[in-house]
Amino acid sequence: MLPPVFGVLFDGLAYGMLLFLLSVGQSVTLGMMNFINLAHCSFAMLGGYVTVGLMNRYGFSFFATLPCAFVVAAFVSIGFERTLFRRLYRASELDQVLLTVGIVFISIGVAAYFFGTDQQPLLLPAYLRDSLTFLGTRFAVYRLFLLGIALVITIVLVLVLEYTRFGARVRAAVDNERMARGLGINVDRTFAITFALGSGLAGLGGALAIEIVGLDPYFALTYLVYVLIVVSVGGLGSISGSFLAAIVLGISDIAGKYYVPQVGAFLIYLVMITLLMWRPLGLLGRR
Amino acid sequence: MSAPALAARGLAKSFGSLVAASDIDIELPQGVRYALIGPNGAGKTTLINLMTGMLRPDAGRILLDDADITALPPDQRVRRGLVRTYQINSLFPHLTALESVTLAVCERSRAAQTWWRELSAYPREIEEAYEILCTLKLESVCYRLTRELAYGQQRLLEIALALATQPKVLLLDEPAAGVPREESTELFAAIAGLSRDITVLFIEHDVELVFRFASRIIVMVGGRVLVEGTAPEIAADPRVRAVYLGKTVNKIAAPAAGLPHE
Amino acid sequence: MALAEKASSPLFYLRAQTQWRPVEIAFWLAVLLPYALFPNYLSLASQIAIAGMFALSLDLILGYAGIVSLGHAAFFGVGAYTAGLLSKHGWGEPVSGLVAAAIVAGLVGYATSFVICRFRHLALIMLTLGFGLLLAELANSLGWLTGGMDGLQGIHTWKLLGYFHFDLYGYTAFGYALAVLFVVFLFARRLIHSPFGLSLRGIRENFVRMPAIGAPSRSHIRTIYTIAAAIAGIAGALLTETTQTVSLDSLDLSRSADVLVMLVLGGAGRLYGGLVGAVIYMVARDQFSGIAPQYWYFWIGLLLVAVVILLPNGILGGLAKLALRGSRS
Repeated sequence: MLPPVFGVLFDGLAYGMLLFLLSVGQSVTLGMMNFINLAHCSFAMLGGYVTVGLMNRYGFSFFATLPCAFVVAAFVSIGFERTLFRRLYRASELDQVLLTVGIVFISIGVAAYFFGTDQQPLLLPAYLRDSLTFLGTRFAVYRLFLLGIALVITIVLVLVLEYTRFGARVRAAVDNERMARGLGINVDRTFAITFALGSGLAGLGGALAIEIVGLDPYFALTYLVYVLIVVSVGGLGSISGSFLAAIVLGISDIAGKYYVPQVGAFLIYLVMITLLMWRPLGLLGRR
Repeated sequence: MSAPALAARGLAKSFGSLVAASDIDIELPQGVRYALIGPNGAGKTTLINLMTGMLRPDAGRILLDDADITALPPDQRVRRGLVRTYQINSLFPHLTALESVTLAVCERSRAAQTWWRELSAYPREIEEAYEILCTLKLESVCYRLTRELAYGQQRLLEIALALATQPKVLLLDEPAAGVPREESTELFAAIAGLSRDITVLFIEHDVELVFRFASRIIVMVGGRVLVEGTAPEIAADPRVRAVYLGKTVNKIAAPAAGLPHE
Repeated sequence: MALAEKASSPLFYLRAQTQWRPVEIAFWLAVLLPYALFPNYLSLASQIAIAGMFALSLDLILGYAGIVSLGHAAFFGVGAYTAGLLSKHGWGEPVSGLVAAAIVAGLVGYATSFVICRFRHLALIMLTLGFGLLLAELANSLGWLTGGMDGLQGIHTWKLLGYFHFDLYGYTAFGYALAVLFVVFLFARRLIHSPFGLSLRGIRENFVRMPAIGAPSRSHIRTIYTIAAAIAGIAGALLTETTQTVSLDSLDLSRSADVLVMLVLGGAGRLYGGLVGAVIYMVARDQFSGIAPQYWYFWIGLLLVAVVILLPNGILGGLAKLALRGSRS
């Protein structure tokens, strides 16, 4: 019989992987263009609503909605990037914060208008709602599934980054944007593609998150704080940093809620502040 | 013999495998006008950054008037009189020229810590700022926003800001960079007109200006000091010619010899 | 070429910059209008004055020193709870309540300023957000002190200056809030026009250049952050004293967001921006109070996007540009 700490660790790990999917896009785009996009979680929320809409209104299977969530989020984000965001790449941080916060507020209103303010119901296939028992501890199948997908995506991301030309361009642009331009790399296009991929991943994360944390119009704001914590603690532009920070945050949050529920989110904020003070550029950050 | 105004002993700085400065040993006597020249990437700006405290050296010491300032942060070095200007203007776009210089004067006189009295209660500081602008012939534009000034005027404002701190040693990083030829001579005349209480070191690429306004020259190549001496000594030095100066010096040093030139 | 003659010109010019303009005098006369024109809305008017003061305190750090803070409500809440706790435990004298709130909020601001002054960019924004959220969580957890979700009970504000009773219509409350706002405003105005104010603008305009002219930027930032925190605390205490309640929403993230929107709407760095923004925002919110919160934030979001794209310096900035264009043509 395994002690309950393993169950807590497992849940924390799954939650951390979810946070990683939600945050990795934000980390890379921040590291590349220094553009503070607080609307990142709006794209995540969009992915969630795509899944809910397709499943509940059009009878799609859960698995079929996942790539749709990714694609729709990616496309919509590109629309925003081309029309609004690219005007502000050289603008002040305040302007970037204000514009993207404005978009978050708008997205909350739009989501509430079309779907109402209640939690969205989601009926997963039975085997996903099941749980496996191993050494006396119950492991939810859905969380295993989540872990599996997230690990696969992480491996793919690392492979793309390390072994493809595109990945090399991304790394160059994150390391030194001016130098990359000087070398003839089309940084704007690389950024746009990275932005789309990152938002798509967020959309996928949003879809996967429904079963774990639910979905309502305020998702864009609630999880924004967590994403920002992961990104600033992990380090801008660092996939491994986000991975590490997401796991630490996920496990801390779940463990905190399990062992010291009265403390609540206080611990998370304290940890973030302390880590930021120690390493203002993030644990593995470069800029 | 009095201590040199500024001295560097064995300064070294590397960025990974890139050696930006190694074994730098220089002494600037009081009141002398020094030029620092060398090809791009020779480490001239790095040297200024090391001296002003923007970069921490890997080895070596920096002495200001015989006091070791190697551990001091930048704003403390400024308080001791070691001031620099920037190659690319680093000004206050939405402050007027007068406000910018007044700001620098107030920071020096510590009036800037007062938040309970109006600025106009400090006529001495304002007067001083105005005087500085006058010496650089900027008084006619002193009420204009910095961003509205012509580029040459902005370069002069750069120097005005430095002067407001009452420097003992002034390091000018390419003061005439980006300024058209006609105006740069004027600019340097203003620098030359500075009091002899101030020791000046300027980085410059224009050889004519260097030979006209500097009494001594330091040549840097690849992070090291190649040679140091008076203007004629440097002009005659074959190593310097080989590395950097080339044909133009032939023109200046030996015009009568009828050497061929392009 | 008398030195005095030459110097009187720049001195005269700088002094002229700080003179009261007719439009300013008109503004401060206009703030008395609610007594005559809107006697039924005096409690709203008090709220506007308080919000304006809060926005003014944010302007000091954001508009003048360039510090983007997403957690300024922490100081507002600390001030509010200080006054509330004092009153609950027997001391309801209003003015001393303000002083106490200013001191406590100022101390909290002073402590956090040591961290704030050392960071820039995203780390700074996250730290302000983190501190704000931290304090809100703390207030929530310390229910025995703060009353938790229900807020503090048993607050009773004594007569102002021993004479003016806080009536139900809000006559005293509005006069009180307005008087405090005016005093705080005079203080802020003096600060902006002082050498220190010039330093703040220097920090905002070119942070990197400041040490190169010998300026102790960190010390300056600590000072202004402390002052801004104290003023935010006074605003919070005013709210407690005039409404005789205080609850967790005084520390909320939404309050930090609201004040930021107000300031940006009016125009940061213009002293009156926070006041103008507060008037517009609070009046609009009162008019649309029937609307559900998610739709209210929808329109605020649209407004924010519009302001950033079209009116980057807020309403006052836009007016200033118009005036400039008008004077040129």
